[in-house]
Amino acid sequence: MKVTVSGNTKEIAKNTTVAQLVIDEKVENPDYVTVTINDEFVEHHDFENTVLKENDVVEFLYFMGGGSF
Amino acid sequence: MIQLKKADYEKIIAHAKKNLPEEACGLLGGRKDGDVKTVEKVYLLTNIDHTNEHFSMDPREQLAAVKDMRSSGLTLLGNWHSHPESPSRPSEEDKRLAYDPAVNYLILSLMEEEPVLKAFTIDKDRNVTVEEIKIL
Repeated sequence: MKVTVSGNTKEIAKNTTVAQLVIDEKVENPDYVTVTINDEFVEHHDFENTVLKENDVVEFLYFMGGGSF
Repeated sequence: MIQLKKADYEKIIAHAKKNLPEEACGLLGGRKDGDVKTVEKVYLLTNIDHTNEHFSMDPREQLAAVKDMRSSGLTLLGNWHSHPESPSRPSEEDKRLAYDPAVNYLILSLMEEEPVLKAFTIDKDRNVTVEEIKIL
């Protein structure tokens, strides 16, 4: 089925979870990645049980933060 | 080298000063041509930590900025944040959270009367390299 990942349309297997997509997309430092599906944020603890659907639009957002000291 | 329009440089400083005493932050969208990176758009984001010692970008604003860059044909060149009370250099926390060696991390120090903006790259081993900023 087709989904859009970071602006690119691609074919993925049916019943792919967010957790599997993170692996398939070779996302580095997944602990620091936030995922949205159709602009809705997916909690990290839901990655394993969130199944992607046809035409979903997925974004990976790396946590951006830091400190002064 | 990073090329930054004077108006965008001033926009960063104005946003950082407006948010004092907290750290301020944002993203940089632009184009790469070999080693030259030209900033085309500066995004001003909310520091959801609201402290003078840390920053975390608002993920909703980050998402909007990423989508805006894509629709404008721009590349994420890096991010910027302010150090209200410390020098323009990556802190240990900055280095730990620098996930991408291909982007630039700009840090604006406001500890002295004259703001100091510097750009860095940070590799996977947390080695820091200074990169020249040319204000256009």
